[in-house]
Amino acid sequence: MTRPNPPFAFVNARLVDPESGYDGPGSLVVAEGVIADVQRRPDLPALSGEVRVVDCSGALLIPGLVDLRVKTGEPGAEPKETLKSASRAAAAGGVTSIVLQPDTDPAIDEPAMVDFILRRARDIELVQVYVAGAATKGCQGARIAEIGLMAEAGALYFSDADRSIVDSKVLRRVLSYARGFDALVAHRPADPWLTAGACATEGEFAARMGLPSAPAAAERILLERDLTLAELTGARLIVDQLTTADAVQALRRARERGVRATATASINHLSFNELDIGDYRTFYRLDPPLRSEDDRQALIDAVSDGLIEVITSAHTPAPAEDKRLPFAEAAPGAVGLQTLLPALLALHHEGRARLLDLIRAVTLSPARLLGLPSGRLHPGAPADLVLCDLDTPVVIDADRLISKSKNSPFDGRRLMGQVLMTLVNGRIVHQATT
Amino acid sequence: MDEAGDIEGAIRSRLFGLSSRHFLGVAGLSRPESEALLDLADAFVALSRAPEKKTTLLRGRTMVNLFFENSTRTQLSFELAGKRLGADTMNMSPRTSSMAKGETLIDTAMTLNAMRPDLLIVRHAASGAAALLSQKVGCSVVNAGDGWHEHPTQALLDALSLRRAYGRVEGLKVAICGDVLHSRVARSNVGLLQLLGARVRLVGPPTLMPAGVERWGAEVHHDLRKGIAGADAVMMLRLQLERMDGAFVPSTREYFRFYGLDAEKLAAAAPHVRVMHPGPMNRGVEIESGVADDPRISLIQDQVEMGVAVRMAVLAALSHRREAAA
Repeated sequence: MTRPNPPFAFVNARLVDPESGYDGPGSLVVAEGVIADVQRRPDLPALSGEVRVVDCSGALLIPGLVDLRVKTGEPGAEPKETLKSASRAAAAGGVTSIVLQPDTDPAIDEPAMVDFILRRARDIELVQVYVAGAATKGCQGARIAEIGLMAEAGALYFSDADRSIVDSKVLRRVLSYARGFDALVAHRPADPWLTAGACATEGEFAARMGLPSAPAAAERILLERDLTLAELTGARLIVDQLTTADAVQALRRARERGVRATATASINHLSFNELDIGDYRTFYRLDPPLRSEDDRQALIDAVSDGLIEVITSAHTPAPAEDKRLPFAEAAPGAVGLQTLLPALLALHHEGRARLLDLIRAVTLSPARLLGLPSGRLHPGAPADLVLCDLDTPVVIDADRLISKSKNSPFDGRRLMGQVLMTLVNGRIVHQATT
Repeated sequence: MDEAGDIEGAIRSRLFGLSSRHFLGVAGLSRPESEALLDLADAFVALSRAPEKKTTLLRGRTMVNLFFENSTRTQLSFELAGKRLGADTMNMSPRTSSMAKGETLIDTAMTLNAMRPDLLIVRHAASGAAALLSQKVGCSVVNAGDGWHEHPTQALLDALSLRRAYGRVEGLKVAICGDVLHSRVARSNVGLLQLLGARVRLVGPPTLMPAGVERWGAEVHHDLRKGIAGADAVMMLRLQLERMDGAFVPSTREYFRFYGLDAEKLAAAAPHVRVMHPGPMNRGVEIESGVADDPRISLIQDQVEMGVAVRMAVLAALSHRREAAA
């Protein structure tokens, strides 16, 4: 990126660094786009006159968030979201790296598409934009996509996004082939037959509402297959959105056997449960659907004990015309780039999880998984940083979100933490107006 | 003349305003309010049986039937109810309208709303559709069936049929049999009959029972004879033919063998049992003609008659509320 800023010095900050495990007072110097110095004390001695000093007054200074599951509408559905609107939303939410999903129109299933998206993103000069390539051609689940060429072009992992690969032989070959490049494959575990036509989790509540529903077990059924295939092939698997307590147990057993699987959870499934769809509120129509409160609690526990390593926003823009429909007919998904960090901090304020564990799951863990140098407060690491007031309540007004689509389930909710400043490669890409 | 005056007087004295602007489900009804609706409907039954069937309660009001899903009898029943109350009624069905051109449900509703109707009767294949519309329009919305969710006027007409047959609903043993999973009729009936003090049982194969049904406060049976044993009323539900070809049950003949109502199985019920069906019936699938057509046991024709009366009651009570508020 162009125009490097003059050196910055953040003093009087509360640093949270998941790499070192440090959570305490500190100061940090940024120069030439990277973190130049980190000190575990609030002030810095002998600063030269050219350094711009930012007094953080105790605010949280953490690595910028790395969100590995972001959808835009580009190409093919630009009225939903463009790369630019998504990048601006990310910057405002303290998300400094986003990984785009390949199920666009056309799909990102060959190297020229990867290159096209990365070039478009480079011109926007806001956050770091990465791409996940399709695992199969057109995300159709039939033929292996050009995984090697897309990896060379910069694709970070391979996935058919919301679609589960039904044919076990195809997934087995995708995993085997990917292993030759040590490439990561993400897969959504949802039994396609059980979940066909469903828009809610089977149970008393959905039944009373008269909504077509699928049993939560549909997740565990396919996850067990996926984990078994990962074991068979030795490939690295990303479990795309774990949502049920049963599946958490299945993953735990597989990890004990040494299966190379990393699980993600969306902030939505950590924040809401199936009762939130009451009154047929379509902003809570998600894929996978919201689960029971027991499932939600099991997910939070799994984040705390490190079994679920990555939390995503699962940012899925859907405009009003796709949401102002009867529940079963509405488009699934929720925007989340701007609410990810405040929603995480709200979880922390509820006392359900340690700040360090939550922050690790949106910074260091995804960065390490994807081989990115960011996600840590370490000299030499890119100066992708968020300054955030931990204790400021924020009430989300969906209409004021930057995303072109306003489908936020957090609309009207009180979250915690105001993003004060976002830096990418040492450059300010967002600053709160106070 | 005296009789006509009595009927008119009964209607006037029983008329009241509903507590809610819309009539979307039995879930929001209280027991006194549902009983008041049944009392009012009783008066409309008398009116419908008189030579002069019209009142002027809804004169000048516009009622629109907005049926996104096919229905002959419910649509006709609402239309007749509106006409007997003196309202101007019109029908709109999706296949002949701009819905076929990609206009959304909400757009259609907003367009209709701009023409200032007073009552919008909505049927839609998706659960929650009537509730969604009610948030966007200024008139009163009546749910004439939304997906698998609710069909509240059906529950009212069933309750009225039972109350007129037995003089009460409280304490009656009512078995609702068949495809409970996909049935809005079952959901509304469970809610309303329980509210009115009936003891409800649900009978059907496990594949046609909703998840968590054991927590609905009703006894659940998978054996028809046991399920209807000693029942005062047996309510058969319609089974869509496409659900019978191995999808939810293996075949029509197997379904009839175990879950179809015939005279022999009906012998397990109370000697005075009455049989109901929301219609249209699949004769020889869920119910045998001999049972359905026997005037000593069948309430099916009563149900159709009560349908017009309870819909008149709902429309009148909604309209009365609007007038009171104005």
